[in-house]
Amino acid sequence: MARAVSFNRKTFNTVLAWSIGLLIFFPILWTILTSFKTEGQAIADPPLFLMFDWTLENYAIVQERSDYLRFLTNSVIIAGGSTLLGIFVAVPAAWSMAFVPSKRTKDILLWMLSTKMLPAVGVLYPIYLIFIELGLLDTKIGLVVVLMLINLPIIVWMLYTYFKEIPSEILEAARMDGASLRSEILYVLTPMAIPGIASTILLNFILAWNEAFWTLNLTAAQAAPLTAFIASYSSPEGLFYAKLSAASTMAIAPILILGWFSQKQLVRGLTFGAVK
Amino acid sequence: MGRIVLEKVTKKFEHVEVIQPLDLTIEEGEFVVFVGPSGCGKSTLLRLIAGLEDVSSGDIYIDDQNATDLPPAQRRLAMVFQSYALYPHMSVRKNIAFPLKMAKLDQAEIDRRVAAAAEVLSLTDYLDRRPGQLSGGQRQRVAIGRAIVREPSAFLFDEPLSNLDAALRVGMRLEISELHARLKTTMIYVTHDQVEAMTMADKIVVLQGGVIEQVGSPLELYRNPRNRFVAGFIGSPKMNFIEGPEAAKYDAHCIGIRPEHIGVSETKGEWKGSISVSEHLGSDTFFHVHDTGLAETITVRAGGEVAFKHGDTVYLSPRPEMIHKFDAEGLRL
Amino acid sequence: MATQHSRSAARFMMAPAVMLLLAWMLVPLIMTLYFSFKKYLPLRGGDLGWVGFDNYVRFVSSSSFWPSVTTTLIIVGGVLAITLILGTLLALLLDQPIWGQGVVRILVIAPFFVMPTVSALVWKNMFMDPNYGLLSYLWEFFGAEPLQWMSHASLTSIITIVSWQWLPFATLILLTAIQSLDHEQLEASEMDGATALKRFWYIVLPHLSRAITVVLLIQTIFLLSIFAEIFVTTAGAFGSKTLTYLIFQRVLESQNVGLGSAGGVYAIILANIVAIFLMRIVGKNLDK
Ligand SMILES: Nc1ncnc2c1ncn2[C@@H]1O[C@H](COP(=O)(O)OP(=O)(O)OP(=O)(O)O)[C@@H](O)[C@H]1O
Ligand SMILES: [Mg+2]
Repeated sequence: MARAVSFNRKTFNTVLAWSIGLLIFFPILWTILTSFKTEGQAIADPPLFLMFDWTLENYAIVQERSDYLRFLTNSVIIAGGSTLLGIFVAVPAAWSMAFVPSKRTKDILLWMLSTKMLPAVGVLYPIYLIFIELGLLDTKIGLVVVLMLINLPIIVWMLYTYFKEIPSEILEAARMDGASLRSEILYVLTPMAIPGIASTILLNFILAWNEAFWTLNLTAAQAAPLTAFIASYSSPEGLFYAKLSAASTMAIAPILILGWFSQKQLVRGLTFGAVK
Repeated sequence: MGRIVLEKVTKKFEHVEVIQPLDLTIEEGEFVVFVGPSGCGKSTLLRLIAGLEDVSSGDIYIDDQNATDLPPAQRRLAMVFQSYALYPHMSVRKNIAFPLKMAKLDQAEIDRRVAAAAEVLSLTDYLDRRPGQLSGGQRQRVAIGRAIVREPSAFLFDEPLSNLDAALRVGMRLEISELHARLKTTMIYVTHDQVEAMTMADKIVVLQGGVIEQVGSPLELYRNPRNRFVAGFIGSPKMNFIEGPEAAKYDAHCIGIRPEHIGVSETKGEWKGSISVSEHLGSDTFFHVHDTGLAETITVRAGGEVAFKHGDTVYLSPRPEMIHKFDAEGLRL
Repeated sequence: MATQHSRSAARFMMAPAVMLLLAWMLVPLIMTLYFSFKKYLPLRGGDLGWVGFDNYVRFVSSSSFWPSVTTTLIIVGGVLAITLILGTLLALLLDQPIWGQGVVRILVIAPFFVMPTVSALVWKNMFMDPNYGLLSYLWEFFGAEPLQWMSHASLTSIITIVSWQWLPFATLILLTAIQSLDHEQLEASEMDGATALKRFWYIVLPHLSRAITVVLLIQTIFLLSIFAEIFVTTAGAFGSKTLTYLIFQRVLESQNVGLGSAGGVYAIILANIVAIFLMRIVGKNLDK
């Protein structure tokens, strides 16, 4: 990085990188633009890029037709709840693995990750039955628990890698200073691990927000989050593009905005703590 | 307060016995230094006393109370780590106050003690900085400050100066010695630095391979090393060891003579040889003399202003009363 | 660091996570095994008794089984190959000094934040629709016949959509790894006269091996179970039925729980084979 690169080379790289970046971003951009068109303009031939009559009517229609706010609230509760619950369970576990490693620590960690590989469909029906039995079907609490469980291995893993970076001498110093285990975790470990914990929370919030197997199969009307909201638009023919776009934009906007404001933690979190 | 007794303490990692059955008594107010080659178990022994590791067998008493099963927080000991182990997210003030906060002292008392410690360690101007904004020496002082505020029964230091440069090290060494003189609290100090051990200790514990080779005051160890290992380990430059016929003259398997106990002359002496290397330090000069007819190169210490140089022929005479004799097992005769 | 106190505390603190995951794994697994040996049709009589290995035999001998395995492997393999290759190239590019690097990085990682149902819907309708999709305009613009994406190129479509979603992840991990590469090492090899290609092959690529493993592991975990992308686009038609989707259909659409459960057991076995294989690599790489 410390090398002088010729101006031309840098210009070329910049143009290339921006073109590719925009190309990758284009589907999202196009969706957002289309959401402001009328249905007619949305399928105009040739496609209209910016020169169209901007309108907000699609958003109004979508909100009216499918009560966006209720789905949004459900998404926030489910994604937020499962993430926080996961953190709560995972912090102690990650602490033990990082600071009191035993011969089996690595095996346990890998085993935890391997539970992620359990194909969800394989166990869909049993979970379905259990949910009916416990009255959890189509409840937010049920989804919070399930999403917490499927993300738990990743949360533990990420926290583990972040905790590992903290020198164990500092925790020993706290112990010598008379800190109980609780104080040690509360006053020393957690503050030092805040950036890592923030990244973990963010990433898992996004994963839970976007999770579409369990949320689609275990909810009906009451607890359905945005994944279900959008799935209800899955068969519009041509004429509904603008509304589909508005609904899509509404479903992804919270995460895009969140991502925009927390780039640093996100970039760190997106690597799952696995690469420095 | 601060009497520490180890009885038959051992420590195994996996199946390796890192500390072999070991007895040691550290008296109240003593400054005890653990020395020994790298990997001999100094840190392990210190951590056993601290409670950061469990003993595999044996007992540890602190102030006549059996502390073997007490967690570190309840042993009333303070430790200063080699890496300082300061809390990076807390200011200097908070770092020093942390043990007091854990002990649930009231805020006024905490402020008073932190101010006093800062005063002693000249940290008053830095109290609101983070550790990351301090120099190595200052960090070291914060670590010491954090240790002294809670008025522990004993201080444990694990190579606290090894990350400092030479000049700072001398300064901090003096500060720690002064601190000990003032607080009169027991201190246990791990180092592999000769000079630190000799200058600071009331009592030196020489370790090798998890075994105590000898315990004694610096001068005792210097004068009467119990065996060849201690003789070679204490003192700098190292004692000369001579085996073979020359040793046989003294009825020993091996004799040892310190460089400072050998006289140098141009004209006459016991061993004639020539200087292979001479190191002039200003105050002292060290000669390495070979071709003496002995198998070993002999190191000699002379005054600062001697005029010998590389290749000169010299005569060496050891002071007979200063010769140490060892048997084939290395034990002193 | 390890005293009896901290060790027992550690065990105690690990217990909730371990027990939760153990329950999450074992309870449904045992139930799935149980159902897989039954003829169980919730809407047509419920539990119709034990049938031994019938379901297993029927599941494998159904004409959809092998195609679904192949489809799964093609999708997973295709996405992995595309994201790894493009991701590496993109990471190399983004590692170069450019203006506005931060913004470009955001643009590149944005697809990761889009929920799978949305990206599948948007791609299916607004890009791949044979009449109104943007890609059709593009094809027409160049005088070509617009493709019937979903029906004639279903796998290509799905691989495209999923790759678009996962490219950001691969790029970011690889970029982070490239940035940690010791640039003096590269300069030294340049002094030794190594060409750019050789430098990439002998220095950059080996350095990336750990990152590549991570990408492989994490993506495989997620890709083996992709669901929404198929549910929303083709609903399993046109040869795009993965093992996951096949089982989903058996259980929920044809309401044959016994048969679906036997399929689930196969899927679990398949996932475990992949898992053991991957864990080996990762376990080795973890030690570094
Ligand atoms: N956690 C551990 N697990 C296994 N072996 C250990 C552990 N800690 C220390 N050892 C071993 O115990 C022996 C003593 O280690 P210790 O750290 O006490 O040495 P030391 O005298 O402090 O050395 P140094 O001067 O290099 O710090 C070494 O051989 C070391 O490899
Ligand atoms: Mg040590």
